[in-house]
Amino acid sequence: MARYLARRVLTLIPLLLGISLVTFLLATATPGSPVSRLEFNPSARPADVARIKAQLGLDKPPVERYLDWLSHVARGDFGLSLITYRPVSTTILEKLPATLLLTGSALCLSLFFSIPIGIYTAARRNSWIDRVATIVTTGGIAVPTFWLGMMMIMLFSVKFRQWGLPALPSGGMYSLHGGGGFGDRLLHLAMPAVALAFVQTAVWMSYVRTQMIEVLQADYIRVAGAKGLSHWTVIGRHALRNAMLPLITLLALDIPALFGGAVVIETIFAWNGIGRLIVNATMQRDYTVVMGEVLIIAMITVLANLLADILYQLADPRLRHG
Amino acid sequence: MDETHVVAHAAHRVPENENRIRAAASAASPYTRAWKRFAGDRIALIALTVALFVLLFCLGAPLVSHLITHRGPADQVLLDRFTPPFTHGYILGADNLGRDELTRLAYGGRVSITVALLATLSALMLGATLGALAGYVGGWFDATVMRLTDVFLAIPVLVLLLFIASLRTFGPYSLALVIAGVSWMSLARLVRAEVLSLRRRDWVEAARVAGASDWRIVGRHLLPQTAPLIIVWAALTVPSFIIVEATLSFLGLGIQVPEPSWGNMLNDAQKFYAQSWTLAFIPGAAIYVTVLAINLLGQGLRDALDPRLGR
Repeated sequence: MARYLARRVLTLIPLLLGISLVTFLLATATPGSPVSRLEFNPSARPADVARIKAQLGLDKPPVERYLDWLSHVARGDFGLSLITYRPVSTTILEKLPATLLLTGSALCLSLFFSIPIGIYTAARRNSWIDRVATIVTTGGIAVPTFWLGMMMIMLFSVKFRQWGLPALPSGGMYSLHGGGGFGDRLLHLAMPAVALAFVQTAVWMSYVRTQMIEVLQADYIRVAGAKGLSHWTVIGRHALRNAMLPLITLLALDIPALFGGAVVIETIFAWNGIGRLIVNATMQRDYTVVMGEVLIIAMITVLANLLADILYQLADPRLRHG
Repeated sequence: MDETHVVAHAAHRVPENENRIRAAASAASPYTRAWKRFAGDRIALIALTVALFVLLFCLGAPLVSHLITHRGPADQVLLDRFTPPFTHGYILGADNLGRDELTRLAYGGRVSITVALLATLSALMLGATLGALAGYVGGWFDATVMRLTDVFLAIPVLVLLLFIASLRTFGPYSLALVIAGVSWMSLARLVRAEVLSLRRRDWVEAARVAGASDWRIVGRHLLPQTAPLIIVWAALTVPSFIIVEATLSFLGLGIQVPEPSWGNMLNDAQKFYAQSWTLAFIPGAAIYVTVLAINLLGQGLRDALDPRLGR
């Protein structure tokens, strides 16, 4: 296990280097630089432009710039925002908790609904509940997340208010007037979390069902049934553990999708997290912020994959080797 | 002279033999059987019909404008702002500038679907080629391609696209190429795995003995074997690209107004929640129906081409 772990962690180093290289190349290979707007400014003297270029290190060859940048990134210094001149790392770190709250809630919601329904529909295959669930998952997977969010705002915020029903807040993380309490925050969290969880739930529901059906056809399940155990004991004691194993990997693989979804959902619901930050930074061409965020999200993804691999090793005795 | 003749003769005979064996195994070719399975799948047929209808509607956008709505996608009638559907000759109503929604839906769909199809085609060529070469050549090339896929798979596609969008603005064609450039990895891995398992087969050895070059073996013998995989991948990728394009345009970072796309029509509608719910509903519903139909079509193709591919 220790050897496996060491090997697995070592493979992360080239991966992270590759991610940083791709990010750097994308940023530098495109035309334009932070001083472009000065170069085209008639009132800026060429000597000053050259001085600023030298200050920013833009006069050095690309390899040197990459190594320079990498050594700063390795120390957690992602540079300054081109718009606000605040450190990129602080900007991202102060918005990260909001995103983790949103994605975490969505994750919990998805698991809470997908696992029990997935198991039940697998156990009661071809019952009417199973048929309904299959239609819902097939239909649910195709829903564009941002449109779902828009329709929820349309119904629960706009129409409900027009009809005189109690409406949900259409955006923000808490009410500006007298808000900020737990209930108020929960109300604000409800719609974005459900919208973000929706598609994930449909995907996982069908996944759990397929896994479970596959496991239920295994010989040891038939043996357990032959011993006289009840249907649900067989499922709960024997089938569940084996069916849930691949879900660990799937969870880790879906982390990028969750962050991608958060980008859209945060923008629609004015949720002040890193997803909204990256969209705004993109609009303002604040590419140091975007670059920092790409690196941080990639790192989270890579670490989540590592964690999933380790958990998988721990959970599946067949894989304990070395 | 004699040798080349023998080899050429052998090369000629290999496929013939193969055909005879195949004919003995079953009367119909795999694709004929797949088509029969597909034709018996009612849901897949309905999905195909819907997908074709959407395709015709979008690619025939100028015809929709000429024959049905009699309005152009940019014709504004400010007095008719927010006309509800089915009134004053506006079949799907008019938007915030009094432009006909149905016409814009067709033109917007044309952009969205063109981007998705072009992106799928480009990603397919890139992913299949790199995957097949990686699997066949192996060594450092394989290692490089696989590490590259690791790198790209660690960054969410949408985040990567936002990053590139922060650096430059896209038109429909460049957007398609950029989407393809960040999402060929999954196919490359699938094709590589398939080629790895195929390249040690006897018939590949036979082709090599017959004097076939590496390019010919990969292009004529290995890649066609992976065709079912590629077809299914493409069918399931088109809808995801439609959503990616719509999401980017919705965020204001994809297709730029005044050119309509389903995504930026929704972005416009977002500002007018209170005036009209249909403006926010219709483009999204179009995306939803299209994505659902192509998804179901892809699943039908998967079941028909290779039942083992099912999840």
